[in-house]
Amino acid sequence: MKQIEIEAGSIEEAVKEALIKLGARREEVDIEVIEEGSRGFLGIIGNRLARVRVKIKETPRDVIETTVQEIIYAMGIDVAFNISQSGLYWNVNFEGPDVRLLIGRRGETINALQFIVNMIVNKRLNEKVHLIMDAEGYRRRREETLRRLARRLSERVKRTKRDVVLEPMTPQERRIIHMELKENPWVYTVSEGEEPYRKVVISLKR
Amino acid sequence: MKELIELIAKSLVDKPEDVEVAEFQDEKGVVVELKVAPEDMGKVIGKQGKIARAIRTLAKAKAAKTGTKVLVEILS
Repeated sequence: MKQIEIEAGSIEEAVKEALIKLGARREEVDIEVIEEGSRGFLGIIGNRLARVRVKIKETPRDVIETTVQEIIYAMGIDVAFNISQSGLYWNVNFEGPDVRLLIGRRGETINALQFIVNMIVNKRLNEKVHLIMDAEGYRRRREETLRRLARRLSERVKRTKRDVVLEPMTPQERRIIHMELKENPWVYTVSEGEEPYRKVVISLKR
Repeated sequence: MKELIELIAKSLVDKPEDVEVAEFQDEKGVVVELKVAPEDMGKVIGKQGKIARAIRTLAKAKAAKTGTKVLVEILS
């Protein structure tokens, strides 16, 4: 039971009764007064009961779960997910037969889903949440691939003394490349171009 | 495909009652036409088309599952 309407002699009584029926504390619910109620003339004629609607507040976890569930179902892909919280971030981790499809080419699909779900969840909730999606360790594998790529290409720049332009990447992916080569004595990195086609360029230090 | 686009669009805009989605088949695959209230256009397109691009990416993934192609048009 997520919400309930109660009639009683006063608003206060109605709320109390609703909280008992819902098994919730006052800070866990939103209260809407539908009818103020009135004593009426001489307490006899025109007595009206107070009526309230008491609704259990949705937690960020509830909203994230519902939103992801709806979209995954509408996409018709066969994956399961779990939600966990670490500090300021909510993690949504997927597994199942359609995980490769969910990730997409170079993470294109999971990044799009993460972006859209972040937008929807933040619209539905009153507080700001930030969620990160992953599937069967994809993010960590991608990070390792990018680090290796960065080191290999830095060697090429050092050897050929020519710039290397990488393919377009997300800000998070570009950051991995920048961080990997930050301390490199031979090369430096910058990002060039406009989103979503922004690319890292690796150049020789002079 | 219509349901997916409708769900995402209605969840993003301020006037979900004004969201209209049509779906039809052409020789290349499925075409989905999305219409929203004029003041909600930014909510489905986004800065530099970022939201529109994400919606299309999700539609493409759904189409890939069934081996078809999809084109999502946002009409003004």
